[in-house]
Amino acid sequence: MSLFQGIEQYQAPTAAYQLLPFRFTSLDQDQYVLTNLAGEYLIVDRRTLVELQRHQLSSTDPAYCDLRARHFLMDASSLIGPALLSLKLRTRYHRLAEFTGLHLFVVTLRCEHACPYCQVSRQSEDTLRYGMSPETASAALDLALRSPSQHIKIEFQGGEPLLNFGLIQFLVQEAEARNQRLGKNLAFVIATNLALINDDILRFCRDHSILISTSLDGPRDLHNANRPRPGGDSYERTIAGIARARQVLGSDRVSALMTTTEASLPRVRAIIDEYVTQGFTGIFLRPLSPYGFAIKTRSYRAYNAERWLDFYKQGVDYVIELNRQGMDFAEYYASIILKKMLTSEDPGYVDLMSPAGIGIGALVYNYDGSVYASDESRMLAEMGQEQFKLGHVLTHRYEEIISSPNLLDPLEESFAYSAPMCHDCAFEPYCGADPVLHYALYGDYLGRKPESEFCRRNMEMFRYLIRKMESDPFVKQLFMKWANR
Amino acid sequence: MLKLHGQLPILHAATRAPYLVTVTKNARIPPDLKQARALLMQPGMDPTGFKTILTRGGEKPAGSPESDVFELSGDYEYLDEGDILRVDPSSGSMRCLYRRNSIHNTILLTEQCNHYCLMCSQPPKQADDSCLMDEAMELIGMIPPDTEALGFSGGEPTLYGHRFVELLRHTKTRLPTTAIDVLSNGRAFKDMAFAKQYAAVQHPDLLTGIPIYSDDPVRHDYVVQSRGAFDDTIQGILNLKAVEQRVEIRIVIHRQTVDRLVRTCEFIARNLLFVDHVALMGLEITGFTRPNLGLLWIDPFDYKDVLSEAMAVLNAYGMAASVYNHQLCTVNTDVRVNYRKSISDWKNEYLDECTSCTKRDECGGLFSSSKLYKHSAHIRLFT
Repeated sequence: MSLFQGIEQYQAPTAAYQLLPFRFTSLDQDQYVLTNLAGEYLIVDRRTLVELQRHQLSSTDPAYCDLRARHFLMDASSLIGPALLSLKLRTRYHRLAEFTGLHLFVVTLRCEHACPYCQVSRQSEDTLRYGMSPETASAALDLALRSPSQHIKIEFQGGEPLLNFGLIQFLVQEAEARNQRLGKNLAFVIATNLALINDDILRFCRDHSILISTSLDGPRDLHNANRPRPGGDSYERTIAGIARARQVLGSDRVSALMTTTEASLPRVRAIIDEYVTQGFTGIFLRPLSPYGFAIKTRSYRAYNAERWLDFYKQGVDYVIELNRQGMDFAEYYASIILKKMLTSEDPGYVDLMSPAGIGIGALVYNYDGSVYASDESRMLAEMGQEQFKLGHVLTHRYEEIISSPNLLDPLEESFAYSAPMCHDCAFEPYCGADPVLHYALYGDYLGRKPESEFCRRNMEMFRYLIRKMESDPFVKQLFMKWANR
Repeated sequence: MLKLHGQLPILHAATRAPYLVTVTKNARIPPDLKQARALLMQPGMDPTGFKTILTRGGEKPAGSPESDVFELSGDYEYLDEGDILRVDPSSGSMRCLYRRNSIHNTILLTEQCNHYCLMCSQPPKQADDSCLMDEAMELIGMIPPDTEALGFSGGEPTLYGHRFVELLRHTKTRLPTTAIDVLSNGRAFKDMAFAKQYAAVQHPDLLTGIPIYSDDPVRHDYVVQSRGAFDDTIQGILNLKAVEQRVEIRIVIHRQTVDRLVRTCEFIARNLLFVDHVALMGLEITGFTRPNLGLLWIDPFDYKDVLSEAMAVLNAYGMAASVYNHQLCTVNTDVRVNYRKSISDWKNEYLDECTSCTKRDECGGLFSSSKLYKHSAHIRLFT
């Protein structure tokens, strides 16, 4: 007799197994995506799924080991699954305890651009009318620093925030001074079109470690058509600004975002080529949000989820090909979703958080002192809907603002895990509650998912990304890298 | 391969019980120190007063009635100043426990184990060998404090429980700057109280190496031949990390582990991302591996793409990871950044044909046992 026992001796003594919480949805004709509580997914065929849920799957079935190892089922051979699942779940939600890390200061609504889809900007010459006052700024800063988070990121927005650069200087210096005794990890970002950048501003940014986030919509003609300004030279100014900013601050301190307009749709390769040419290591392919002038000018309705998805898939396909040829270039929207699919960490992206990112992920201090639950919330307010206004920096205390019913009600009512349809959706761990968007489009925090563009768009993106990596080992490796960027 | 232990002809026995002694080549040391030294005899030396005399001549030197005198064969040419031996004057058995000029000193603490791994290189024994622990305590006191690194292995060292913790504490006191590697199956740490005792030593440079052979609990239990091993080991790792200990996961690649290697690495990245290092290791052809070779052997050349894929997973997740015990000509170039020369010096060899290979210096070579019994059929020269 051998000293050693065969593997069958280590199987569970009976064929009984227990299902751990999981959800499923179809991927294509015969394949199903199963996701566990921690967002790990597995692809199985219909027969396996049916046998699995009927407790008829044999432990010798090839899928059985995978289902057990990824905590979809548990049998007597190992009982550690729930401990690992709960550890992963705790990891995913650990940010919640830290509360608000991102604080957006709208230092002015004025802008020298006149972009048709822009949600909020004003062309006013009246500098006082749409600028934040030092008194308002100081009170807003107090609120921002009250957040329990050890990592506070302050982002200056507009309009064009450089039109009120004096206030930015005041806020940065004040924040640094007040943080002396708090010892938090402070970071600053200026979201600017760079048209007004100069070396004095850049030196200040360098001395205070301020990041630059700019807008680049694609090649010259597209960018300039999207972003009209006097002189029609938005592109030239942006490109020159990026080069100068990189020179003074360092390449890694300058990032760019693009807005997808209808004119962008047929040109995704050219847009990506522009980013590659300008030396960026990735691009964020984002759909237009349904706020402000975007709705008023019907830009938002100019394309639906399907057209945007075509654009997006073509874009990601192209980025994958670039990588296959040896170029290191990422698509950031995919990276965010892949982090949710392939790791236990939450990327903290406001649109894809549940509980929603409003208030918890970000707070917005508007130029006039109003506090909003997100950037989209204040855009909605510009359209006359103050549903997500949480208070005012001069009249409300921190406790009043973060416990405002305008924050707590939408957070609770939109929580995806308990929302109709979302609760049963296999993609819920990857998705988010976006109460502001649904309120803007449907008048309530949830919307009706079968009609929701948000739902349609995200569902197809999840399926697309999973199909991509399941069908191509190169893509799987690439996506793993993106997930861990 | 260096012969680290064997029987020496006894030319004279002055004492009976076995003891530890430090080797010296210097006959002119203070008389009291001679009492704790083994002299490597050279012609013309006066060995009077040494505890032990190691001679190559076969003749008992004159004037050494209080010394134990052994004859050394050519196998022990490597012995050098500062090495530490265990000698038994009644049987002639000798073990080299510590080599001053090596970074691969491992102290065997026990041959007992609660696993019975298919590929165990040190097949477990039942007999009480706790004298090894007493010996280790003494040895730690003799090892010079500037020693870079030291390993504790078994068997399963944690079977000693509290005594093992005491050994670590003693080691920290005597060798405060020596890096310590512990090889354990990790099961003892599922007891949080024990994990806390272990952590309470607060050793500044301690790494606990623990094997996980599969993401599939049944397969892991089968490889280690013990039901419930997977759950205990995982819980042990979770506990060790909860008390901020450094943990390395070690996976030996063979026929029974290679099919799920990539998924095992995905499992580690997803569930145990917080471990400090992952080692993917080639098979040593010794111990139980030899009778089980048919069950275990797969040519590393045949799994090199799997190794690349597994390493790519660990690298993508930003984990510190290494390939151990492989030859450069049997791995793809993409794992070179993770490739380490890992085989302990005393059992590390190259094939004769490797002599003219241009990458020989970068290559980790083979286990002596691989050279002797089984190695890749695809060893080839880089030119």
